[in-house]
Amino acid sequence: MREVAIVAFGQSDHRRDSAEVSEVEMLMPVLHEVLDAVGLRAGEIDFTCSGSSDYLAGRAFSFTMALDGVGAWPPISESHVEMDGAWALYEAWTRLLTGEAETALVYSYGKSSPGDLREVLTRQLDPYYVAPLWPDSVSLAALQAQALLDAEDAEDTVADERALAAVAARSRTAAEDNPHAQVTGSPPPEALLGDPYLVRPLRRHDCPPVGDGAAAVVLAAGDTARRLCHRPAWIRGMDHRTEAHSLGVRDLTRSPSTRLAAERAGAFEAPADLAELHAPFTSQELILRRELGLGEGVRVNPSGGALAANPMMAAGLIRLGEAAAAIHRGAADRALAHATSGPCLQQNLVAVLEGDVL
Amino acid sequence: MTPAPSPEVLQAPLIVEFPFTRSLGPVQSAFLTGLRTRTVLGVRTTDGRVLMPPVEYDPVTADELSDLVEVAPTGTVTTWAWNPAPRRGQPLDTPFAWVLVRLDGADTALLHVLDAPGPDAVRTGMRVRIRWAGERVGAITDIACFEPYDGAEGGEAVPHSGEFTDPVTGIVAPARLDYTYAPGRAQSRYLKALADHTIRGERCPSCRKVYVPPRGACPTCGVATDEQVEVGPRGTVTTFCIVNIKARNLDIEVPYVYAHIALDGAGLALHGRVGGIPYEQVRMGLRVEPVWSEDSRYPDHYRPTGEPDADYDTYKELL
Repeated sequence: MREVAIVAFGQSDHRRDSAEVSEVEMLMPVLHEVLDAVGLRAGEIDFTCSGSSDYLAGRAFSFTMALDGVGAWPPISESHVEMDGAWALYEAWTRLLTGEAETALVYSYGKSSPGDLREVLTRQLDPYYVAPLWPDSVSLAALQAQALLDAEDAEDTVADERALAAVAARSRTAAEDNPHAQVTGSPPPEALLGDPYLVRPLRRHDCPPVGDGAAAVVLAAGDTARRLCHRPAWIRGMDHRTEAHSLGVRDLTRSPSTRLAAERAGAFEAPADLAELHAPFTSQELILRRELGLGEGVRVNPSGGALAANPMMAAGLIRLGEAAAAIHRGAADRALAHATSGPCLQQNLVAVLEGDVL
Repeated sequence: MTPAPSPEVLQAPLIVEFPFTRSLGPVQSAFLTGLRTRTVLGVRTTDGRVLMPPVEYDPVTADELSDLVEVAPTGTVTTWAWNPAPRRGQPLDTPFAWVLVRLDGADTALLHVLDAPGPDAVRTGMRVRIRWAGERVGAITDIACFEPYDGAEGGEAVPHSGEFTDPVTGIVAPARLDYTYAPGRAQSRYLKALADHTIRGERCPSCRKVYVPPRGACPTCGVATDEQVEVGPRGTVTTFCIVNIKARNLDIEVPYVYAHIALDGAGLALHGRVGGIPYEQVRMGLRVEPVWSEDSRYPDHYRPTGEPDADYDTYKELL
């Protein structure tokens, strides 16, 4: 199979509110950062793919405005997913595998600040049985967290509220080394447990910050990748799977779609030394660790993960980018990257990235 | 709450509101019509499980499903979450628990809410029953909520024809989202200039084209437009059409002319209405200028300047 790698990654600073810039104004510095990193100009990229959501912007076809930032005239080969940019990367990866393109630019962005994110996300739910009840995103995650806390068979997962707080404290402490993170630093887990519940059993630290941000990566195939990057992050495998949309037919304590995607991506063929997991809620990290079989030897979310910055539609792409960047700088040799979409880990994507032996 | 923006950032409320009208398939129609008559229907899968709420295709096997069964209005909480602050549109306006409830006779759970005095009164495994809405229309909200229940357990699911008189075949699901729209730097500068009756474009540092209205990026070069350029006020009609349909809520007599107008110094045409001249006399190359009405934040229309028409070669690239 053709070799394809992530050769550049960039992201904006993630902030609670970016009202002073439009989406394209927020995105453009990030696009230039990744293009500069590989020495390409807009227009020299073979394929462009983006991820975003009209419901965040409150406008139809909002992604067309962001296209100005990539120089879409004269016409370019371009596609868009109404999802996290991780899925745009998947599309670009398949495009490169076919041999139709040597390079691809993938970007995604989301501004949650103009709307009420917890309400906006209800619009992705079943419109007949669920959306008319307006169950907000934090409440749905809380149902999943309670199911995990109640589970009797959690022998390999210590699922109590302290374990959740430990995930939050570790993530946000790790984010102190991430200049782009929105939330950094944390009191110890014991202190976090003194906070009131937001939606029981979730406290504020169990939930991701709401914010605005953008991310971009450049993909390249074979020798082009070697020319553009001194240590490309080769995509050894990538797969994505989905589960029933109805929460009541799923075992919310498990994530079979993550496990299957990981298996198909080759994640279990060799141990990884780093994992970037898209777990917006603390309880979801515990579920993902179990499905991916991540032991103590794996560094999980040294970036701080989605608990430190969760720009909608970009946070999953950022997991792939952070994992790739760790390989670029020699901080990891084999990394897993995971992205999720939908309520309670409904859809999951897993990629296996490797660097050449130095 | 969102911190107050800096004074140069324009913001305005934006409400997106739709009455989503959706048609129902046979299974959904039977389920929602059943709720209207306090009958709870599930659907049996080919391997014998009862899905409630029912769906038309098995999420595991993808088999088409139509074997309807009636289940009990009582059930067991499989997981819950206490919501201390109800939000707009949610079923109860007092603090409540979100619950997944497996009704007696069903194998899967329904998402709804539970009316309970506080979180200490809720636990996984507790028994609950449906509290029906007083007025029922054939919608999921015909279940007002669940309430604690200590009576007998309901029995097995029993076959049901799914036939009702006057079945519900569609639902209207109102959706409203409130936004605070902020147009960003380039468009804010443009709108502020308009309020002073000047029209401002931005020049691309690479190709030197002047965009009006500017959106902050040159779509050809993919770089930020940086230099502020005042354009017009005069311009040239590059192309136009004659509108004969009166728009609702628009106080303009038909026919009128809607035109693309290349303002002097602009690298592309913007659009506007042409007035002050009989519609049949509007032509390509006509020289026009904006007319601002009192307190207006944008030109009401453009009128002829009386200059000779512009030469075609001066605007042919701007069509």
